[in-house]
Amino acid sequence: MTVPLLEVKALSVSYGAIVALRGISFKVETGQVVTLIGANGAGKSTTLGTLSGLVKRRSGEIWFDGREISGMRPEKISRQGLVQVPEGRQIIAPMTVLENLQMGAYKRRDRTINQDIENIFARFPRLKERRRQKAGSLSGGEQQMLAVGRALMMRPRLLMLDEPSMGLAPLLVNEVFKIIEDIKAHGTTILLVEQNARKALKVADYAYVLERGTISHQGPAAELWNDPQIISAYLG
Amino acid sequence: MPVSIDFPISKLKSFGVTALVLIGIGLLAYELPDILGKQVLNPEQHVTTVIWTGSVYSLFALGYALVFSILGVLNLSHSAVFMWGGYIGVMSVIRYDIPIYYTLPLAMLGGGLIGVAVDLVAFAPLRRRNAPRISQLISSLGASAVLVSLAQLEFGTSPERFPRTELKKLPYEATKAREYTVNSLGLDFRITPLQIAIIVIAFALMFLLQYLVARTRTGKAMRVVAFNQKVAGLLSISVGGIFRLTFFLAGALAGAAGVLYALAYPSLTPFTGDEMALKGLTVIVLGGLGSIRGAVLGGILVAAFEVYATAIGYSWLKDALPFVALFLILLFRPQGLLGEANVKRA
Repeated sequence: MTVPLLEVKALSVSYGAIVALRGISFKVETGQVVTLIGANGAGKSTTLGTLSGLVKRRSGEIWFDGREISGMRPEKISRQGLVQVPEGRQIIAPMTVLENLQMGAYKRRDRTINQDIENIFARFPRLKERRRQKAGSLSGGEQQMLAVGRALMMRPRLLMLDEPSMGLAPLLVNEVFKIIEDIKAHGTTILLVEQNARKALKVADYAYVLERGTISHQGPAAELWNDPQIISAYLG
Repeated sequence: MPVSIDFPISKLKSFGVTALVLIGIGLLAYELPDILGKQVLNPEQHVTTVIWTGSVYSLFALGYALVFSILGVLNLSHSAVFMWGGYIGVMSVIRYDIPIYYTLPLAMLGGGLIGVAVDLVAFAPLRRRNAPRISQLISSLGASAVLVSLAQLEFGTSPERFPRTELKKLPYEATKAREYTVNSLGLDFRITPLQIAIIVIAFALMFLLQYLVARTRTGKAMRVVAFNQKVAGLLSISVGGIFRLTFFLAGALAGAAGVLYALAYPSLTPFTGDEMALKGLTVIVLGGLGSIRGAVLGGILVAAFEVYATAIGYSWLKDALPFVALFLILLFRPQGLLGEANVKRA
């Protein structure tokens, strides 16, 4: 019996009087792609925000790699390899593409940083072309690539992606999911939050469905894919 | 090779504005007599005075700009830290016979530590509660009052100064004015080596700060925190640590400015900071809130207003002129001379 890379136990979060998460529990095993799907306002982004330490929990525990990380500050959590690509990409607009990538390696002291930057440029040639440009001048798709690249510079052990396909043209959405498959193939564990349930279930190994702050369904992605309830509610 | 379209137009523009303002200050010194029909002695002398007093104003105001650019709040206790820096310098000579050279690093260290203490007491608790910025502003005003009272308690209210005997020990007869005449250009001005030292130290510190923020890894982390604190946390940047560093740097600048001020003017009291506060705030609004280059330009500009008002015989206008400029800039260019229009981008 191996310990899951991430284990969330009975996590509750509220914003003042508004309850956002009502005691959700879920696991992410090493090497898996796990997806958290659900409608707008179901609590998906709140979940990721709490895992990263940006949102305070009311109760419950978060365990990462055998250590409890609940209540830790965001910088402590990300240093352990639990890395989030936040919703809306949040690249640092006034800095250049290259500086954005370098900031991903802010806490790294090893000599392979430049090698990693080259690897990211090899994966996203568009970023290499625009390396000296301000990140704010990139298109939406390029910004998403930069956000993912910057997160990869942190050498994540678990990469959390919050709505990576949001606001992108259909062609780019396909590209984003190709990137996710590629990252998975390189052995990085992924927790993917998506509204686009159809695409998310295709890349995921396991899935949880979040509904008004509780987990209503869960199971291997292939099973949910065939669940008539899920189909009618999310895949329509 | 793709052509870089990232041509730094904004940099060129701020360079242009800076050049225009400085040329304007220089020309005005020569044109004032004609405009007003009054005799003004030595225009070069006024330009010299503008530069050395302005460099102290700029250095001081930089602390406001630094804290504002990273935290988005005005730290109204900055002027009290400045005053304490002056006292640390003067008193370490008077009470402990420390050579004047060491007062600058001492005051910078002391100012930095006071700055951090102000953050821990007046800002950090409010930040934790997500208090609105106006509360933080008022809290820093309270910290300022406490620091001024403590100084009154410790040093009294009669003016203090660096002892003349100690100043005389400085090399090159530092307090003695030298006449510099450049005949071919018809320039003629007097300046003391001490004033030259003040200019050099002030500009060296400002250059160092600009380098730190623009080029170093830590400076980049500061800019990320300024851009978005949540993103900084996700990138493993310790936001609290950056805040503390910011307050330390601002406090150190205030401490340095305090010593330079005490070297220049023999009249340090616990209320010296209050006079400087108004000047400093005018400086950063003129230059552009949160802009380092803007603070430097603003300091020179405020000094120019003061010096010229006195030069043309309207010294009663000296304190009012900078505010007239403040009023005009808020009307026509509210982001300040070198400030960027407040556009939030993704």
